Amino acid sequence: MKQTRREFIRNTAVTATAAAAGVTLPGLNGALAQEGDGIRWDKAACRYCGTGCSVLIGTKGGKVVASQGDPDAPVNRGLNCIKGYFLPKILYGKDRLTQPLLRKSNGKYDKEGDFEPVSWDEAFDVMAAHWKPAIKKSMEENAGKPADQLTSRVGMFGSGQWTVWEGYAASKLMKAGFRSNHLDPNARHCMASAVGAFIRAFGIDEPMGCYDDLEHADVFVLWGANMAEMHPILWSRLTDTRLTKPGCEVHVLSTYEHRCFELADNGMVFTPQTDLAIGNYIANYIIQNEAYNKAFLDKHVNFTKTPTDIGYGLRPEHALEKAAKNAGKGKLSKISFDEYAKSVEPYTVEHASELSGVPKDQLLRLAKAYADPAKKVTSFWTMGMNQHTRGVWMNGLVYNIHLLMGKISEPGNSPFSLTGQPSACGTAREVGTFCHRLPADLVVAKPAHRAFSEKVWKLPEGTLNGKVGYHAVLMHRMLKDSKLNTFWVMCNNNMQAAANLNEESLPGWRNPDAFVTVSDPYPTVSATAADLILPTAMWIEKEGAYGNAERRTQFWRQQTSAPGDAQSDLWQLMEFAKRFRIEEVWPEELLAKSPEYKGKTLYEVLYENGQVNKFPKQQVTDDRGNKYDNHEMEHFGYYPQKGLFEEYRLFNSAPDIIKKGHEMAPFEAYHKARGLRWPVINGKETLWRFREGYDPHVAKGDGVKFYGKPDGKANIITAPYEPPAESPDEDYDLWLSTGRVLEHWHSGSMTQRVPELHRAVPDAVIFMHPKDARKRRLRDGAKVKVVSRRGEIVTRVETRGRNRPPEGLVFVPWFDASRLINKVTLDATDPLSKETDYKKCAVKVVKV
Amino acid sequence: MASYERLGADAIAVKGRLRAHKWLLLRRLSQVGILVLFLLGPWAGLWIIKGNLSSSLLLDSVPMTEPLVFLQMLAAGFVTPATTAITGVLIVAGFYLLVGGRAYCSWVCPVNMITDAANWLRQKLGIKPTTRFSHHVRYWMLAMVVLVALASGSMAYELINPVSLIHRGVIFGVGMTWAVILGVFLFDLFVTRRGWCSHVCPMGAAYGLIGKFSLLRVRADRREVCNDCMECFVVCPEPQVIQPALKGAERGIGPVIVAGECTNCGRCIDICSKDVFNFGTRFFK
Amino acid sequence: MTDAVRSENRPEKRKRAISRRRFMADVARTACGVGLLGLGIGMFSRAGALPAMSIRPPGALPEEDFLSACTRCGLCVRDCPYDVLQLGGLGEQVPIGTPYFVAREKACVMCEDIPCVPVCPTGALDHDLTDINKARMGLAVVVDQETCIAFLGLRCEVCFNVCPVRGEAITVDRRPNPRSDRHALFIPVVHSDACTGCGLCEQACILEKSAIKVLPTHLAKGELGSHYRLGWDEKAKAGKSLVSPDLEHRYNLPEGMRYDHDGEGLMQEEPSPFEDDPLDTLNRGLDGGT
Repeated sequence: MKQTRREFIRNTAVTATAAAAGVTLPGLNGALAQEGDGIRWDKAACRYCGTGCSVLIGTKGGKVVASQGDPDAPVNRGLNCIKGYFLPKILYGKDRLTQPLLRKSNGKYDKEGDFEPVSWDEAFDVMAAHWKPAIKKSMEENAGKPADQLTSRVGMFGSGQWTVWEGYAASKLMKAGFRSNHLDPNARHCMASAVGAFIRAFGIDEPMGCYDDLEHADVFVLWGANMAEMHPILWSRLTDTRLTKPGCEVHVLSTYEHRCFELADNGMVFTPQTDLAIGNYIANYIIQNEAYNKAFLDKHVNFTKTPTDIGYGLRPEHALEKAAKNAGKGKLSKISFDEYAKSVEPYTVEHASELSGVPKDQLLRLAKAYADPAKKVTSFWTMGMNQHTRGVWMNGLVYNIHLLMGKISEPGNSPFSLTGQPSACGTAREVGTFCHRLPADLVVAKPAHRAFSEKVWKLPEGTLNGKVGYHAVLMHRMLKDSKLNTFWVMCNNNMQAAANLNEESLPGWRNPDAFVTVSDPYPTVSATAADLILPTAMWIEKEGAYGNAERRTQFWRQQTSAPGDAQSDLWQLMEFAKRFRIEEVWPEELLAKSPEYKGKTLYEVLYENGQVNKFPKQQVTDDRGNKYDNHEMEHFGYYPQKGLFEEYRLFNSAPDIIKKGHEMAPFEAYHKARGLRWPVINGKETLWRFREGYDPHVAKGDGVKFYGKPDGKANIITAPYEPPAESPDEDYDLWLSTGRVLEHWHSGSMTQRVPELHRAVPDAVIFMHPKDARKRRLRDGAKVKVVSRRGEIVTRVETRGRNRPPEGLVFVPWFDASRLINKVTLDATDPLSKETDYKKCAVKVVKV
Repeated sequence: MASYERLGADAIAVKGRLRAHKWLLLRRLSQVGILVLFLLGPWAGLWIIKGNLSSSLLLDSVPMTEPLVFLQMLAAGFVTPATTAITGVLIVAGFYLLVGGRAYCSWVCPVNMITDAANWLRQKLGIKPTTRFSHHVRYWMLAMVVLVALASGSMAYELINPVSLIHRGVIFGVGMTWAVILGVFLFDLFVTRRGWCSHVCPMGAAYGLIGKFSLLRVRADRREVCNDCMECFVVCPEPQVIQPALKGAERGIGPVIVAGECTNCGRCIDICSKDVFNFGTRFFK
Repeated sequence: MTDAVRSENRPEKRKRAISRRRFMADVARTACGVGLLGLGIGMFSRAGALPAMSIRPPGALPEEDFLSACTRCGLCVRDCPYDVLQLGGLGEQVPIGTPYFVAREKACVMCEDIPCVPVCPTGALDHDLTDINKARMGLAVVVDQETCIAFLGLRCEVCFNVCPVRGEAITVDRRPNPRSDRHALFIPVVHSDACTGCGLCEQACILEKSAIKVLPTHLAKGELGSHYRLGWDEKAKAGKSLVSPDLEHRYNLPEGMRYDHDGEGLMQEEPSPFEDDPLDTLNRGLDGGT
C-alpha cells in the first residue's frame, strides 16, 4: 500500500504540473479571435456554480470559437463571472482524455499496472468482469432477505454536475438494474444538510423563494456563504439592491472575514460552530420581545425537538461516536410553544456573545433586523452552514427564525439555501441520486414510494432495494473495508474532494479488493487513483439540462462533438447496461414475476421499455433553422434525453403522483425558454412556493400552506449548541477551514486548464492572520507545512489576501491538485445529513 | 632573446615542471576558485560570497566594493553612499595595498584568463603585433571614465566595462556574455599584444595607482646571478617594470620592482632558472 | 625649417625633437581616441533609458540617481527570495547590469522584511525603506476601461483580489449597472497613496493583454491645478462649512408636500398607508397589519 501511495502522490504531482502549465490547444486563441459570419449562436447554462447563468455559445466549423453572457437571461442579463468569461476554453485543455485507459501489466489488467489505452469494448469487458462477480456475491448474500434488508457490493458516486437525464439514467441503472442504493452524488458534500432540513421542516426539498428576493428584500443576512466569490452574479444583484434601495442593509456571518464583508453593514466573525448559539439567540430575542407572528405560528407551524448528543458521523469505533448518547438519531418529537421558548431561553445575548466572540451590539442589530415586522429579510447560506457537523440543525435554526416571524414564502422574505453546483438541485436532488432517494422526493425506505417507482419503471414488485445505501463518506470507508468492491465515479473528482484522503479515500480506492472506474474529461487526481478511466464528453458536447438554486430548469442542445473516443456519461451508463443479462443481476424469484424480461439485457429492460425509447430519431433544430447533432440519439436510434425526461415527468407531473409540487413542463418547452422555475403548472412558473396566489398548490383562502407536510404545517425544530468534532488544542493550535475561490471551480480540473485563470490564481495558499504568521516567524510567501493528525501539505503563507481569518484560524482553498488539503481535513460528518464538515478541524502550521 | 619554443625549458630542467609553474598554477587556482565561490551560490545554494566583483558580500557580513566603481559613483554625483559601500571600498583598497594593487588583475580578474589565453595563442601562431599602444593609454582611459561619469551623471563606463560585463555575465548567466569574452580575446590576439590588460583597462590603471604604494612586491634579490636569458621579459605582461630592479644595481636602484603596473603574477619567479626573483615586501626580503 | 637645419647639425637634439614630436602626436592621438570613446559611452548611456514596463526594485532612487548609485552587483537579485528580480543584459533596453522586474512576467511579492533593500551596498535601493507598503516602484493604472471586463459588469476583480495592499491600493467601486438594471458594476480603482507598484495586479490580469499596468509614477500621474481645492475635502478638514450656512429656506408648497433643502428635495409629507402590492395587504389578513 505504501508503494502505491507514493506512486499516487508522484502521479498527482504530474497531473498537477500538467494543470499548472495551464495549456490549451494551440490555435484556440486564433479561432476565438475570429468574428462575424458563420458563427452559430445557441444558449446553454453555465458549467460552473448553482447560480445558473445563461451563456450564448458560438460555434463554427464544429468548434466552439466564442461565447457571451446571454443578455436575455433573467438571472444574469448578459453578465458572467471570470470563470464564465473563459467557458469555451475548458473544452480545449491539451490533455483531454480521448480513449479509455486501463491499468495493465503484460497486456492484462493489473491493479498495480500502468495506464494503457484500450478500446471501449475492452474497457467495458474488464469492468463488467469485476461488476458481475460482485453482483453475484450480493445476490447470494441477499438470498431470502426482505426488500428493506438488501445489501450490495457495487456502488457509484455521481454528481450535481451531471445533466438531469444522466442522473436519472444512473439512478435507474443502480437502483432498478443493479438493485443497489449505493449511489450518492457529490452534492452529499454540498447540499445534503440543506436537503435534510428542507425535508424535516417542510417535507419537500428546495427553496420556497427565488432570485427575485434579491430585489425585494430590505435586509440580507449571510450565514456562512461567501456569495461575493462563490455566487458572483447573485452577489452583483444583491450589491445593486444594497446600493440603490434606501435602508437596505447587509449582515454577514462567517468564521473569517471574506469579500462579502466589504459590503457588510454588520460583519460578524464568530468562533466556529457557535452559529448554533447565534441562531438560538435570535429566536430567543424574538420570543422575549414578543415580536413573533402569533397568527402565523398558530396556523402554519408545529413545534418539535430533535434528539441531542448525536455524534459526528465518524467510524462507529471512534471514541466520539461511542460517547454519543443518540448517535445518528434525528426523529422529531412534538413540543409546545412554551417548551420551545424555554429551550432557547439560555441563549441570551451575553451567552451568545461569549460563545461566539461577536460583540453584543452586533448580535443585537442582527436580531432586531429579523424581529422588525416592517423589514423583509432574506437569509442566504451555503457551505458554511451545510458543511457542518450540525448542518441540518443549523439550517433548521434559520428556518425557525423565519417561521417565528412569518417571514417566508413571499417576495423579499426568504430563507434561501444557495446551491454550489450547477445541477445540485436539478440532478442530485430532483431525480434522486442520493443513497436514500428516488426521483421527485420519494425515498427508498417507504414501501409505497418504491411501489410507485416500480410501477413507473415497469419493474416487478419488490425490485427496488429498501435499505438506504452507503453515502459518500461511507463509500470510501466501505471500499477500504472491502464491503464495496466495484465503484464508478462520474463527473466529479472525489479523490481530491473527499476529506481525510490519506486514511480513507486512497486506501479505499487502492484496496486490491476494489475495482474503481473514473469517467472524466481530464486526468484528475481521481483518475490517477483509478483502475479504469473512461474519457467523457463534457458540458455542451452533449444535450443537457441543469436545475439551479431557484428551481430553474435550463436545457441546452449539443453544440460540438467530444474529442476522440470520448463519450457522454449517458452513453456510458446505457452502454454498460448492455453488458448485463437480466438473469445476472436479478434473482430468479424476482424475474419470475416478469417473465417477459427473461433473456433480455439490462439495457433493454431499463431503457428500451417503451418510455425511454418512445421518441424516434429526429433532426434537432432551433427556431432559426440551425441544425444540431445529438450523438446519443444517433447511436441509440431514438431520442434518449427526451425519453428519460418524459419518463421522469411520470414521477413529478403525472396525475397519480405521490408527492405534488415538483411539476415540470414538457421536454420541448425547455428548449424554447431560458429556464422555467418549477412547479410548472399549466405552463406557468412558480416564483414563491407555499403562498396563495403565487403557488397554485395553495388553495384559495389558505393563505400559506406547507403542503409538503400532511397537516400543511412547517416544523420549528429546536436544537442546542453542541461542540464541534475537533477543536484546536496545544498540539494542533489552529482551526482549519477550506473552501473555494472566485477564479476556480471546485477541484480546478477545468479552470486550472484556462491559462489566464491559472495565472490569476495559480496555487492554493494558506490565508492566515499576520499575528499568527509572525508568531511562527513566517513572512508572506514563506513555505509552510499545514499538518493535522491525518496528513500534511506544503503551501505558502498569505496574510494580506482576500480572506482575513481571525487569529487562531487558517483558510486553505481546495482547488489545487498539487496541494491536496483534503489530506489534512477530518471526515467528520453531520450524523443526520452525512455531509462532511470541511470547515472545522485542528491543524498546526510549521515552517518548511 | 629567448625563443618561444624553449621558453621556460631551463627553469623546468632546474626546478622541475611543477615548481617552474608554481605561481601560475596558484594564480589559476585563485582565479577559478573565486569564480567557483561566486557560482556556488546559484548552483549549489552555498552562499559563501554573493554579488559580483563590482560589489559583493562575503559570508553575509564582509562587504566589498570595487574602487573604480566607487569612484565613478562619486563622480556621477552620488556622494552619500551607504556605509556598506564605504566600508567595502576601504576593505578592498586596504587589501590591495597589502598584496599589491594589480594583484587584482592577475589573481582575481576573470579577464586575465582570457587575455593570457589570447597571448598564448598569439605566441603559438606567431602573430605579430599590428598596432602599438602606449602603456599609458589606460590612464587616459581612467580619466575619461571618471569624466564621463561626471558628465553623464551615471556610471556610463559600466555599460561597456568588459571586466564587470564578463564577471556578472558568468555569475548571473546573462545572455551575450560570450560576445564580450570573444571581443576581448580577439582584441588581444590580433590588435595588440596584451592589449587589454596592459594598455587599455582603466580598472587595471586604478589598481596600478594603488599598487604604487602597496606592500607585497616582487624583488630581484639575487639579480647578481642573472644570466641574461631574458625569459622574464618575455613572460612578463608588463616587461617595462622589470628593467630597473633587475638591471639597476649599478645606477643605485634597489632590487624591488616598485612600478604600480607590476601585477604580482610571479611568472618571472617561475620562469627564472636562476631563482633571481622572489616575493617579499617593499622594505625587506 | 631652421630648427630642422639646426637639428640636422645636432643629431642628439634632433632625435629628442623627433621623439618629442612623436610623443605629442601619440598624446594627441590617444587623447582623441579615448575622448571619442568617452563621448560614445556618454551618448550610449543617455540613449538607454529604462523602458516603461521594466520596474526597479523597492526603494530604488529616482532613475537618474539610481544610475549613479547602482554598482550593478546583483546583490538585490541574489537576496530576492522569489527570483523576481533580474539584471539587465547585453542588448536589452534596461541599462546593463541594473536590477529590474517585469510585472506581467513575475511581480514583486512585497516581502515584509524587503531583503533586497538592506543588502544594497550603496543605497541605490534606499535603506530608509523599511515598510514595504511605503515602496513606490511605480503606479498601477487601469489603462484600458474598454477591455477591462469589470467595467462591463462581469465579476472579475482579480486585480483587487491579488492586491497585497488590500483594500487600500485597489478598491472596488460599486455602482449600479444601468444596462442590466439589477446587477452592480465592481470597478477597480487604484489609489496612488497606497499602491506600491508591485505589479501583482498586472501579472494576474486575465485578459490576453493586461488592462491594468504598472507604469513609472511620472507617466501615470496627472497633477491638479494648484489653485483649485476640493470643496468637500476642505469642509471636512475644517469640520464645518467654510462659509456659514444659509438661513432656513421656506417654500410655497401644495398641501401634503414638503421640501428638504439639504436632502431629497420635494417629497410627500406622509408615506401612503397602503402597501405597493395589494397582495401584501390582503395576505396579512385582518390581524396581520400594522
